[in-house]
Amino acid sequence: MLCQDCKKTESTVHLTQIVNNKKVVLNLCRSCAEKRGFHSPFENIPFPLAEFVTGMMGTSKTPAESKKVKSLQYKKCPSCGLTFEALGKTGRFGCGQCYMTFGADLNDLLRKIHGSNEHRGKIPSAASDALKPLREDRRLREELRRAIEKEDFEAAAVLRDKIRELTDQI
Amino acid sequence: MELSFINKMSGKSAPWLDGEGPDSFAVLSSRIRLARNISDFPFPPSADTESRAKILDFLSPTFDKVTLLKDGKFIPTADIDNLSQKFLMERHLISPEFMRGGSGRGLFIGDDEKISIMLNEEDHIRLQVISSGMSLNECWEIASKIDDELSGLIQYDFNDRFGYLTSCPTNVGTGLRASVLIHLPGLVHTGEIEGVIANISKIGLVVRGFYGEGTDVLGNLFQISNQTTLGRTEEEIIDSLVKVTRKIIENEQNAQEQLMSSAPDQIEDKIWRSYGILSHARVLTSSEVMNMLSALRLGLSLGIIDKFSYRELNELLIITQPAHLQKYMSKEMDNVERDIVRANLVRQRFNKSEEF
Repeated sequence: MLCQDCKKTESTVHLTQIVNNKKVVLNLCRSCAEKRGFHSPFENIPFPLAEFVTGMMGTSKTPAESKKVKSLQYKKCPSCGLTFEALGKTGRFGCGQCYMTFGADLNDLLRKIHGSNEHRGKIPSAASDALKPLREDRRLREELRRAIEKEDFEAAAVLRDKIRELTDQI
Repeated sequence: MELSFINKMSGKSAPWLDGEGPDSFAVLSSRIRLARNISDFPFPPSADTESRAKILDFLSPTFDKVTLLKDGKFIPTADIDNLSQKFLMERHLISPEFMRGGSGRGLFIGDDEKISIMLNEEDHIRLQVISSGMSLNECWEIASKIDDELSGLIQYDFNDRFGYLTSCPTNVGTGLRASVLIHLPGLVHTGEIEGVIANISKIGLVVRGFYGEGTDVLGNLFQISNQTTLGRTEEEIIDSLVKVTRKIIENEQNAQEQLMSSAPDQIEDKIWRSYGILSHARVLTSSEVMNMLSALRLGLSLGIIDKFSYRELNELLIITQPAHLQKYMSKEMDNVERDIVRANLVRQRFNKSEEF
């Protein structure tokens, strides 16, 4: 199939987009796709990340913000040497330590991508013995907060006792 | 030696396409993927050759110690030629990203292809469990068991707050991608698919084509998977995908009924016409075959035709892919030659089933 923009080159980029609840299919060659602002799907930099980093590095309004940006610009992962700028270019972290290095700046990004910034899934068995009570504690406190919100004081009392019991163990 | 292992796989279907399992008329296969990294090593995209090699040296003997991985084979990418790589991609054992990756990567294939692990793709470990029909929970059980055993042998890159740390922040947390490969001809023909896709994307799921990310929809086959990996437990992620898939199957069945009540003759014609072409044509392109197999699958689920099984249709779907044909014929072929060989192969299969 020829590229629908230039009608000269064979299309290699096939995009299916949902625009106003309608499916739009685009068949483009690489250069026309780039002209339209689409990168190759293979490069696959998650959109929120690119936006987030450029947003952070872009024009800053207040002195406090520009200070924050400055400090980010110079932030570098001590383990693999990845900079914030490089992160924006590749969309990939260099190592596990990067998550600690940029951790505080990541919360917004992770919430944008996942709608959350906290892991609730399984934990490695080797780490689980140490972490389980801590996570259980966090889970119970969250439940307690919800119970109080709903004014379910009976459940809240039970939860409070459970937390006490757990705290004694920890 | 490793290549003969790959060659043996050609000419027959992948076990995850065997047409068994719940709802296999609509759901071809279910898949669980877990991304894991090893602590204190840079992630593969920023690792040098030496560091990548260390990961391979360390992991391949480690797999031998895991109960469910004992009978598998480890193949370094350096040993896999170009055609075999394409073949493995068609079989969903490696990703397009893995193919482009260059040296220092490896593939572990379990005994029956149900379990496979890409090493040094975007993450050190990409564990995949794939099985036919609607079987996400079964896949998850297997994947989680392997993961548990591995976590006793390997120090994973894990953080209490962010979970399993991954190269790309879109995978962090559970590192879990659950997906189903589903056939939706009814929704495509009635035009309702757009609405379904729009609704799915609103609830944190994503729809892709047959070969995953960035690929086109062929043969009315869609891959539905979770988009987010952080903030929910694995069970919650899988549950929501299962529930949505059930709902989509229901919609699909309604759409098929609607088609049959509004244009039964046209539908029947489309199905028999596809059968006629597939069993007699002399030249067939890959997308032509995929689209006609879709019509036959629809015919099977509507009870219009019964000359073959879902299993046989699935098998044709995979063995008529370009690299599969070339492996089958043991030679490289251009697309003109491939289309002829493909038509021969399809014709043979259909005329064989005619005898029974």
